[in-house]
Amino acid sequence: MLSAAVPANTAETALQARGLTKTYRMGAVEVAALRGVDLDLFSGELLVLLGPSGSGKSTLLNILGGLDTPTAGTVRFRDLDLTSGGERLLTRYRRQHVGFVFQFYNLIPSLTARENVALVTEIAAHPIRPEEALGLVGLGARLDHFPAQLSGGEQQRVAIARAIAKRPDLLLCDEPTGALDRETGILVLEAILRINVELGTTTALITHNAVIADIAHRVIHFADGRIRDIRTNAARKPPAELVW
Amino acid sequence: MRSLDRKLLREIWRLRAQVLAIALVVASGAALLIMSRTAVEALQETADAFYERTRFADVFAGVKRAPERLSRDIAAIPGVTAVETRILETAILDVPGFTDPVIGELVSLPKHGEPVLNRLTLRSGRLPEPDRPDEVALSEPFAAAHRLRPGDRLDAVLHGRRRSLAVVGTLLSPEFVYAISPGGLMPDDQRFGVLWMGRDALAAAYDMKGSFNAVAIGLLRGADQQAVIDRLDGLLDRYGGRGAYARADQLSNWFLQNEIEQQKNMSHLLPTIFLCVAAFLTNMVMARLIATERREIGLLKAFGYSSLEIGWHYAKMVLIIAGIGVAIGSVAGAWLGRWDTALYATLYHFPFLLYRPGPAAFLTAGLVSLGAALAGSMHAVRKAVRLPPAEAMLPPAPPSYHKSRLAPAVLGPLLDEPTRMILRRVLRWPLRAFATSAGIAMSVAVLVMALQWIDAVDFLVDSTFVRAQRQDASIAFGELEPLDVTASVLRLPGVEAVEPFRSVSARLSHGPLSKREAITGVPARAELSPVFDAERGRIEVPPDGLLLSRKLAERLGVKVGDEVTVAVQEGRRPVLKLPVAQLFETYIGTPAYMQLGALDRILKDGRVANGVHVAVDPARRAELVAEIKRNPAISAVTFRQAAIDKFHETLGRTMFVFVGFLIGFASTLSIGVTYNSARIALAERARELATLRVLGFSRTEIAYILLGEVGLLTWFAIPLGCATGFGLAVYLAGAFETELFRVPLVITDATYGKAALITLAATAACAVFIRRRLDRLDLVAVLKTRE
Repeated sequence: MLSAAVPANTAETALQARGLTKTYRMGAVEVAALRGVDLDLFSGELLVLLGPSGSGKSTLLNILGGLDTPTAGTVRFRDLDLTSGGERLLTRYRRQHVGFVFQFYNLIPSLTARENVALVTEIAAHPIRPEEALGLVGLGARLDHFPAQLSGGEQQRVAIARAIAKRPDLLLCDEPTGALDRETGILVLEAILRINVELGTTTALITHNAVIADIAHRVIHFADGRIRDIRTNAARKPPAELVW
Repeated sequence: MRSLDRKLLREIWRLRAQVLAIALVVASGAALLIMSRTAVEALQETADAFYERTRFADVFAGVKRAPERLSRDIAAIPGVTAVETRILETAILDVPGFTDPVIGELVSLPKHGEPVLNRLTLRSGRLPEPDRPDEVALSEPFAAAHRLRPGDRLDAVLHGRRRSLAVVGTLLSPEFVYAISPGGLMPDDQRFGVLWMGRDALAAAYDMKGSFNAVAIGLLRGADQQAVIDRLDGLLDRYGGRGAYARADQLSNWFLQNEIEQQKNMSHLLPTIFLCVAAFLTNMVMARLIATERREIGLLKAFGYSSLEIGWHYAKMVLIIAGIGVAIGSVAGAWLGRWDTALYATLYHFPFLLYRPGPAAFLTAGLVSLGAALAGSMHAVRKAVRLPPAEAMLPPAPPSYHKSRLAPAVLGPLLDEPTRMILRRVLRWPLRAFATSAGIAMSVAVLVMALQWIDAVDFLVDSTFVRAQRQDASIAFGELEPLDVTASVLRLPGVEAVEPFRSVSARLSHGPLSKREAITGVPARAELSPVFDAERGRIEVPPDGLLLSRKLAERLGVKVGDEVTVAVQEGRRPVLKLPVAQLFETYIGTPAYMQLGALDRILKDGRVANGVHVAVDPARRAELVAEIKRNPAISAVTFRQAAIDKFHETLGRTMFVFVGFLIGFASTLSIGVTYNSARIALAERARELATLRVLGFSRTEIAYILLGEVGLLTWFAIPLGCATGFGLAVYLAGAFETELFRVPLVITDATYGKAALITLAATAACAVFIRRRLDRLDLVAVLKTRE
């Protein structure tokens, strides 16, 4: 089993996972999604998880974000042991510390862009205003549009605004560009990068598109429920230079 | 407003058709509860207020002929506050333009001023002047039925003398709220009327000067009623007292209170059944609706909303939907309640109606409906929030189908793929299919229960008036007549057969239990009007002892072989001990019979009768009627066919309307379930159906796949609903028993058929509606969005 190498910079560890395994029952089939994963996320870093579909990376992200619990292993966020705290702790963790961006945006169709963001700011402790969050992703002019009136890229940027409006400590993005064309995908990646830089949000991004790995500080290759390797990007590319 | 609330309102707007369908189901239950509760409250309140304002007497008594001075002794009975002596007589009236004889009840007005008890409410004109012997005031419904106004005239045979009377006014009285002829069952305002005349005029006509033959008494609050009755009986005894009785036994009031009691029963039973059905449906529909919100629930949890917050969010959704239902139900219920009360007012005549619905009915309806909806849906919410958010946001795993052992292989080659899909879905989720089927079955059951009412009453009328009785008319005499009167009746024009009867008022008691009930003497081997057992048909009256209706035996706590104390309330007023010889079952009243010969024997007043049943040649009916109107010995006559017609007509006004409402409500139930099941199935399967369209299936074919399931479940629902409806009918028949009526348990095949047809029609209407939606399915959009 490979263990995540600690990079040379000695930034503090934001999230620590040890020995994670996860077995799902999907209908009649049992699927081992994670087979023992150790991982550290450092404060302020942008981490990209690469891997083919079904390799378990979404499962890992869900567990790191407190959306799911591992069958075995531990996840620690600062002093919190997420795996032993139960439902109440996980809810508080998600509410205060984690922002999610999903492949299919998952906007509430009956709420406008502003209201979709407000849905989260209303329950957060120190949020930024929805308008400001939408401004950060370049949607200051589309505040009162319903999801159905927005393009895919715009919808995904609303989702990013929604995820960062609570000033999360962790931004977890599951295939954020998976449903988008290149140009739109780049707009979305730029928005994520901007949040990472300007707000210093620790960001983990899942993709099966190897090209995107070039924007990361660190890249983890995932396969068959395990980490295959971890590398640190010596030189990072801005999203606009990516080609796929 | 918080974003979550905004989402809620927009979701409700988006789902408005479904929301409305659920709300209407809730509304049906609430409306029925409010309608029946408030109507019965209004009826009770109106009756109480009317009785109070008019000083309705507490005790009544009839006597053959008592001197006026006796009223001072009556007033001296402890507890008595007011005494009103009167003359009450029955006469045959001849109303211009109406062929049949009319039974008139004549009531004397005091010599001076207005009555102190049973005060009259003048509706038009004025009261008769004491010194004008030909003036009468009529009961308002009777006047209305014949369009008689002050200034009109009518003829009456008073004590054998034909008199022309001038109508001077119309009245309402607390004694005749339910104006019914003695021995009648339904008010017939054309054939029975009350006439008020000056005391002197009536005394002169009936030779009652300085005497009275009826007395009404007002009591102090808290006075011992039974003690007063006993003292009064003692005073009247030697003047031919006919037994005093309390207000509860007063004819009009007895019917009214019976109705109120029956309505109270109804207001508990039917709405409870409806609310249970509504709760069941809300539960089922909300559960599936919330199941489709699975992704949203996951998302909200991912944002950090707690299970409690999410639960409350959906609770609000349920509360709003049920709240809309309760609001619609309250408005509809209040309107229907007023309408229902007004309907009563056509049968029960009050000068005013107090429809002042109190908060209780609305609160009960609201709490029960909201509670039921909440309880039902919270299970679904709990199930949804229990899922880890990551799993909740995934589309549910493809349901695992199996080649079912339930679908026999022989059917395999016969089924096409779409049919196989329908069957597999039903077999895959048998519980859900059962719940949908059960929901539809409930509405079938309610329909069966509602329609059964008509069957039951038809059967009741048939067994009471048609099969049990063969006479064409019943004639009552003013006095006891020797039995050979039958020979003279037989000589009347058109009379083909005669059968005497005798009715004796009595108080039957057994231990502490007692009941005022007439004992009817029936000749042996009676042909025209024999005693009829509801189950066994015609039965012979035993030669000795009493033949009691089962309900009366129950009321007295006696069985065959026990002895009943019979205090005869007329003649020499003997108190006898008679054995119960046999019991029989009847649907109306609590009658008691004896063989006429035996009755005459124990009363020791010779072989006499006070009425006859006759068979009449229809061709000579008019001649007979004319003769009856002239005959001084005849005090009343009832034609059987007129009674049957009146029964049907009255029920047509009340019961059929009520049944109509139940059918409306039941159809709402059925539409609520069907529409929601199909609509939710459409939401769940839009992607699958769109895929099929892309694969080349036609609109009709995918409609078949979607709606075929609902159709199939409706077919399952029909036998299930018929069985449940039978169960409800059994339960209601037991619960509805009053002394006045027992509802027979009769359900015709046609009733099952009608219930099934109405349900199928409701399902078909929903199917058309859903089909239109299905035709507008945007294939590309559906395939693009994730499930």
